[in-house]
Amino acid sequence: MQITTTVNGHPYSKDVEPRTLLVHYLRDMLGLTGTNVGCDTSSCGACTILLNGESVKSCTVLAVQADGQELVTIEGMATESGLHPIQKAFQENHGLQCGYCTPGMVMAAASFLKENPKPTEHEVREALEGNLCRCTGYHNIVKSVLAAATAMEGVVL
Amino acid sequence: MFPASFDYVKATSVPDAVSILSSVEDSKLLAGGHSLLPLMKLRLASPSMLVDIGSLSELSYIEDKGDYVAVGALTRHHDVQNSRLLKSEVPILPYVASQVGDPSVRHRGTIGGSISHGDGASDLPAAVLALDAKFVAVGPKGERVIPASQFFVGFLETVLDLDEVLTEIRVPKFSGGWSYQKFNRRAQDWAIVGVAAVSNGSTKVSLVNMGSTPLRAVGTEAALADGASIEEASSKASDGIDPPSDLNASSAYRRHLAEVLVRRALVEALR
Repeated sequence: MQITTTVNGHPYSKDVEPRTLLVHYLRDMLGLTGTNVGCDTSSCGACTILLNGESVKSCTVLAVQADGQELVTIEGMATESGLHPIQKAFQENHGLQCGYCTPGMVMAAASFLKENPKPTEHEVREALEGNLCRCTGYHNIVKSVLAAATAMEGVVL
Repeated sequence: MFPASFDYVKATSVPDAVSILSSVEDSKLLAGGHSLLPLMKLRLASPSMLVDIGSLSELSYIEDKGDYVAVGALTRHHDVQNSRLLKSEVPILPYVASQVGDPSVRHRGTIGGSISHGDGASDLPAAVLALDAKFVAVGPKGERVIPASQFFVGFLETVLDLDEVLTEIRVPKFSGGWSYQKFNRRAQDWAIVGVAAVSNGSTKVSLVNMGSTPLRAVGTEAALADGASIEEASSKASDGIDPPSDLNASSAYRRHLAEVLVRRALVEALR
């Protein structure tokens, strides 16, 4: 089935099998391998992307369900002028260890900060409940998201 | 993990979805997909065709109807959770919605999907059961209204016909106390046991993951109606109920949890 999507601002038109998962569409058909597959059961959040501006787990969405929709992956966060403030905050606060969960963490944080630009630490922890870090580096991940919120001063890029 | 192959069609309206469901054997509705797709990936479900109603925006709404609030079946958990109307008129529902999965799951999962999936371990089916909600279903013969108490009949089984579409959930407004107690070990897990209590004249109590469907704690409700204390009423939480044993909890431990959680729920709802 032919689907059309806008991914990181670029239009794509591809023929997909109905059973193709959105994460495989992004990784295997568009070559956007920044989005990782972790648990593959919508538990871990490694595959988190933005669908029409909101975080979703792309292992539990069919590519056909994204037909006509707007997607942002980790590759769409940085601009020519540099890293997105959330990425920068992760870098500066050592918000990653092995890095596998990081793209999902950044995308979940981007969605969350849009809803709640000035969160408390507790709210950040609750917001990231669907994203697992098996290095257990949560402390600095939360610190990074709080730093990003401050850096963005409530303005979502 | 890939689901088995299936055909896919986007429904253009509820009648269109009904007509496809009626004519294609083993076809199944797809809404947010957050209950169905995991089952399909594990090959526990292999429908021949998915009828996607995800783009039927007319099924996503929250409206004041006087003594009840009408929630369109495609309303996402995220929208139920943040609804001002529900927060003021049926506050237990947005709270329970906020306890489903995690934020990304709540961006996709829908109230109608969760209810028609009918999982006895899910939060929302038990909440609508305690609320005495009613469900509107549309099929080839037209529309019918089904009380929540008659809706859930077995493991992942409801009274919905294969060619019926759940379109609306009608939740009565209430002004009394309420509580939802969810016991789990990890943030985004299903409840090992959960309890919903709604006090509005009489007190309704329902249980999560104590059987193959959401269940009313009839022993507790009858005791309360007879003027029993909270202590006494909660000791009857699992009267007539035979909870399952699984990796998370034995049947006996579930009974214990039900008693403790019903007590906590009643203390909160009746204070």
